[in-house]
Amino acid sequence: MTTTEKSAAETAPTTGAPRGGVARDVWNVLTRELRPVVRDPFTLIFSLVQPLVFLGLFAPLLVGQSGEPTGETLRWFVPGVLVMIVLFGTGAVGSNLQYEMMTGSHERTLVAPLSRSSLLVGRALKEVAPIIVQALLIVAISIPFGFTPDPVGLVVGLTLLAVFSVGLGSLSYALALATKNREWLFWGVQQTLIFPLLILSGMLLPLDAGPSWMRAVATVNPVSWVVQAERALLAGDLGAGAVLWGWVSALVLAAGGLAVGIRAMRRSS
Amino acid sequence: MRHEPIIEARGLTKRFTVDKAAVEAVTDLSFEVLPGELVAFLGPNGAGKSTSLRMLTTLVPPTSGTARVAGHDILTAPAAVRRSIGYVGQLTSGSFAQRVRDELLSQGAFYGLTRAHARRRAEELIESLDLAPFATRTVQQLSGGQKRRLDVALGLMHAPRLLFLDEPSTGLDPQSRANLWQHIVDLRETHGTTVFLTTHYLEEADRYAERVMVIDRGRVIADDTAAALKSELAGDVVTLTFGTAEDATAAAGPLRRLAGRDVRIVDERSLVLTTPDGDRLLPAAVRELDAAGLRVERATGVPPTLDDVFLALTGRTLREAQAVAEDSTATPTPEGTPR
Repeated sequence: MTTTEKSAAETAPTTGAPRGGVARDVWNVLTRELRPVVRDPFTLIFSLVQPLVFLGLFAPLLVGQSGEPTGETLRWFVPGVLVMIVLFGTGAVGSNLQYEMMTGSHERTLVAPLSRSSLLVGRALKEVAPIIVQALLIVAISIPFGFTPDPVGLVVGLTLLAVFSVGLGSLSYALALATKNREWLFWGVQQTLIFPLLILSGMLLPLDAGPSWMRAVATVNPVSWVVQAERALLAGDLGAGAVLWGWVSALVLAAGGLAVGIRAMRRSS
Repeated sequence: MRHEPIIEARGLTKRFTVDKAAVEAVTDLSFEVLPGELVAFLGPNGAGKSTSLRMLTTLVPPTSGTARVAGHDILTAPAAVRRSIGYVGQLTSGSFAQRVRDELLSQGAFYGLTRAHARRRAEELIESLDLAPFATRTVQQLSGGQKRRLDVALGLMHAPRLLFLDEPSTGLDPQSRANLWQHIVDLRETHGTTVFLTTHYLEEADRYAERVMVIDRGRVIADDTAAALKSELAGDVVTLTFGTAEDATAAAGPLRRLAGRDVRIVDERSLVLTTPDGDRLLPAAVRELDAAGLRVERATGVPPTLDDVFLALTGRTLREAQAVAEDSTATPTPEGTPR
């Protein structure tokens, strides 16, 4: 056994270090995933269309409805839009993996000497980069209309958003791995979940006026907690209780998402 | 050490469940491949070629049996196997959103190449596989032949001593196929790479592989050189045509004695026989019959194809087997989830 191991290593000098560790694998998967984004950053703007539509067409309605100044309404609405970017953008990234499963490149990475967990973690961590860029764009667009985010709160808020995106991204990848080449099933499940999560987070309209059962459901919706935390953070209220619950929700989601995703990746063939 | 097998399969078996019925995709596959060999795994669609390859490359675990690939056990040391082999799957290896050069560099990093080494290697492969004009294009923008060349380049990034190719030329036009084969043959000649590939094209296995394993319904039914398979299992078809039916009838007896084979009369004026040594028989037969006053007007010797071999082995032509396989289009799901 040992002799054959040794001879194989000797005759294959280019196969690299036997163990670069999971961290190196994660880094390699992450940088590969980022390449198309860096090559063609326009894709980031393209996937911002939906949040921009809500910002441009829905926010004015809110302003009109509430009768408050635009800046005041944006203070309530923009944090929700940031979470929406994750929901619509990161929530759909599984479809990229599903496409690669169907076209063949996922199989190639499974035969490569990469740990199975790195194939998921690298992809999930990659989601952070486009989310930060897109969130900053939304904030920058909103400022001329009177949105005034707290700088420290913004930094913490973006970090929270990043953690949330890792969790949701992992779940989206897990869904892709579970549904395999059944695209209709991936989108069916994804769409079925995304809108209830969106509405029951109080992202678009406050749930205060809703029936009590809706408010009850919202209390177990992690998206709702993240939205409330973002509102508090961007308003500069860093010590609010909502911030703590937002972090708890995002961290639990990230841990759970990664666990489910890694499990699904290990079963992938 | 040179003769230690680079692939050693022992009783590899894979069962799938299709509509609650167990289907054996591969049954008791045992064989050895020596370093430097070019082996073609030939069989109709659905014969078990890809499943065999997927077991050897650690993509699916066997239901029973095991194998050592490049000195490592596929069950106990899959990671070591993965480090040592190159694999070109049936589909496209490159991600459609990625650029050609980027994919090569990522692949290099996956296999632990240093950045400088990966860059050098990528340029070499871009050059030798004629990918230079498309190096900055995305995979999506490539033609079928270009995609396939990138697949091969990706499989070769870490210069593996053993390369698996699953149907490398399927779907390519004849020229791209010829090009691709040239690359595979060159690779073997210059680097001594062991190549193990599957194909359902007879001509390819016949022309390029010196060893052909024929697989049908999950079992290997023949394993030899293409030439030996053909001469043992099917012979050259020799046809002699005479000016008159009388001559043909008169020649049948002497020809039967000369060839030591059965002779059939076809279309009244032609004699047909099958023999492993048609090239030698033809001139001798023409001379002897001529000397006996029986004038041969036309003489042809047609070498057998692997299709004839497949027919001799299974009683079906490869085309028939293909049609049957394509009828059962159910997608198999692995029995028990791999861990």
